[in-house]
This record gives sequence, structure tokens and C-alpha cells, in this order.
Amino acid sequence: MQDTAETEEMLEVEIWRGAEDGALRTYRVPRRESQTVLDVVTWVQRNAEPALAYRFACRVGMCGSCAMQVNGKPRWTCRTHVAKVAEGGKLRIEPLANLPKIKDLATDMAPFFEKWAEARGRHEPTRTRHEPMAPVSPENPARAAANAGIECINCAVCYAACDVVGWDGSYLGPAALNRAWTLANDERDADRCGVLRAVSQSGGCHTCHSHGSCVEHCPVGINPTAGIAGLKRMTLAALMRGEL
Amino acid sequence: MLEARLYLLQRASAMLLAPLVLLHLGLILYAIEGGLSAGEILGRTKGSLFWAGFYGLFVLAAALHAPIGLRNILREWTHWRGRSLDLATGGFALLLLALGLRAVWAVTA
Ligand code: HEM
Ligand code: SF4
Ligand code: SF4
Ligand code: FES
Repeated sequence: MQDTAETEEMLEVEIWRGAEDGALRTYRVPRRESQTVLDVVTWVQRNAEPALAYRFACRVGMCGSCAMQVNGKPRWTCRTHVAKVAEGGKLRIEPLANLPKIKDLATDMAPFFEKWAEARGRHEPTRTRHEPMAPVSPENPARAAANAGIECINCAVCYAACDVVGWDGSYLGPAALNRAWTLANDERDADRCGVLRAVSQSGGCHTCHSHGSCVEHCPVGINPTAGIAGLKRMTLAALMRGEL
Repeated sequence: MLEARLYLLQRASAMLLAPLVLLHLGLILYAIEGGLSAGEILGRTKGSLFWAGFYGLFVLAAALHAPIGLRNILREWTHWRGRSLDLATGGFALLLLALGLRAVWAVTA
């Protein structure tokens, strides 16, 4: 057994320890077949650093809780294979960018979710639960636009990838605006104008430069840039109609 | 509301600027290549409603477009926000407008 351990392929893994004033620490982690970045973090926590703080839940790309910076890029770590991202057997794993660091790989997600609320990301119903469900045609173009954005898993990968979020702390960011876009296209929403007003505040959709880093990084293939461009068009139309 | 207005104004002014900049550049080339003297140029612009309108519009579009862009840049690259920034960039717009219109007046009036 000793012999195989000696010849085993090892990864050199730097992991962020501590809060804002923390630092990277290096660990040697055995390389495994089909190993994900989350597997690496879990190995370190179980074998080398029991106090390592990090988040995950589903391990299958559903819950959106495992996102981290991997070699400088935000990624969902449970679905990111080491083979795809390791550079020369090296990994650098850090907490998600653009969010306050709490401890090690865990960030404070509160600002991210507060911005969903600021973007009026809550559905305002037109009917109560005692009424029949509203029939919505899937062919309706507005519904198709909303459908393209509804599979968001709230992972904040796009938020970490957006330079504008890093520069302007008040910017709502791609995920919250994508959510607003789905509601602005939802015919069952009772106050779609309220959504357009919410995203026209300072730090709203007009702050986006359409450079598409969010699209590039979103693990589930959502295109927040397109939704934000749609919100810009919708808000301008509402402005012309005097509804903003 | 303000953000949507400024966004609209910046895009609308950019749409105006695009052809105006091209015409302006073409005009410079024409004047230089054709070897027109300053006096000859002034002779054509003085009293011309067309050139007053052309450059007046140019000045107006630039005076709207550049300060809005500057406001965006300052918000992203510094911690300057709020009313004081709006007043400062608004002041910059007025300054550009005044300087620009003065120049238009000088060559067309
Ligand atoms: C051909 C004419 C022009 C066109 C089509 C144009 C177009 C644009 C557009 C679309 C933006 C928005 C970029 C964004 O938000 O991501 C922009 C920004 C800007 N423009 Fe122009 N522009 C023109 C001329 C000018 C001129 C003559 C000036 C300066 C006097 C200027 C100064 C700025 C500044 C400072 C910004 C802000 C940069 C930014 O927001 O990223 N532009 N321009
Ligand atoms: S397109 Fe807009 S939201 Fe997406 S990364 Fe760029 S600035 Fe951010
Ligand atoms: S839009 Fe994509 S990257 Fe952004 S939070 Fe949703 S799933 Fe994650
Ligand atoms: S652990 Fe749930 S998405 Fe990665």
C-alpha cells in the first residue's frame, strides 16, 4: 500500500483559508478518475483540514450552493471535473468573487439575494389559490422568453463573473436581473410595471455593459445579457408610454 | 427613471454622433486635401444656416453623450455617487455646450 501511495499521482491544491485577511494554503491531494473539484475540497476537509469551511448540498448541479473560484474562474464545483480545469496538476480554489468572505470557501450570499428582492424578484399573483390556474400558452413569445431564464439555480457564478458588480456595489447583477426579466414576461404577474420600475433604479439594468461574461460562465446555459438587453428595451418602451 | 432617461439620451445622441462624426472627418479631409485656406473656409461657413445647424446639433449631441458616459465611468472607477456627481457631470455638460456653441457662433455668425 505504501508503494502505491508513493507513486500515486498527486494534485497540488491551493485553498483559501480565513476571511478577507486570509491566505492560500497548499495541500497535496491524490488524483482520482472522474474527480470533481468538490471531491478535492471534500478530500482535504476529511483528510487534512477538518475545520475547512465550504458549502455544498446536492452534488449534482441542482442546488447552486457549491460555487467557488477555481483557478481564477467562478464554477459550480460539483460538476466541474479536475481534468477540465487543472493546469499542470495544480488547482487554486478560492471563495466566490464579488461577495464578502466569511471563512475559507464560504461567502456571505446575503447581498446576492438581497438584490433579487431589490429587483422585485418576487411573483405578484393575479389570482388566489382558490381560483383555477391561469392558462398560459407555451407558444406565446413572452412565455418563451421567460422560459429561457427560469432554470436558474441561484449559484451566483454569473454574479462573481461580472466585472461591473465588482466595480459598482449597487449593481443588481445578472442573476437578479434575469429573474426580473422572467417576471416582466410573465402574464400572470400582477405588477409587471413594478418590476420595470425596480430595475430602472440606480444600479439597475442600464448599468450593464452587455459584455457577456455572465453568459460565458453560467453553468446551466442561461443568457442574462439577453434578458438584461430585453429589460432595457422594455423600460425604454415604458418610459415612452409614461409608465415608468 | 433617471437612469432609463440617461440611457436613452446616451444611445440617441450616439446615433446622431455616428453620422455627424463621419461627415465631420470627411469634411476635414476635403478641406485639407483641397487646400482651402482659413479665410476660404470661413467664407463658406459664415452666415450659413446649414453649417450652424450641423455643428450646433453636433455640439448638443456631444454635450449630452460625453457627460453621461463620464458619469458611468466615475461611478464604476471611483466611490463618487449621488447628487454631487449628478451636479458635477451636469455642469460638465453645460460647459461643453457653452464652449461648443461659442465655437459654432464664431465660425458661422
Ligand atoms: C461615433 C460616435 C459615437 C458613438 C456611436 C458612441 C457610442 C457609445 C455607446 C453605445 C456607449 C455606451 C457604452 C456602454 O454603456 O457600454 C458610449 C459610451 C461613451 N461614450 Fe460614446 N459614442 C460616440 C462618440 C463619442 C464621443 C465623440 C465622445 C466624447 C466626446 C464619447 C464619449 C463616451 C464616453 C465617455 C462613454 C462612456 C463609456 C462607457 O460607458 O463605457 N463618445 N458611446
Ligand atoms: S453582460 Fe452585464 S450582467 Fe453580464 S457580466 Fe457583463 S455587465 Fe455583468
Ligand atoms: S444565471 Fe446561471 S450563473 Fe447566474 S445564478 Fe443563475 S444559474 Fe447561476
Ligand atoms: S452541490 Fe448542488 S449544485 Fe453543486
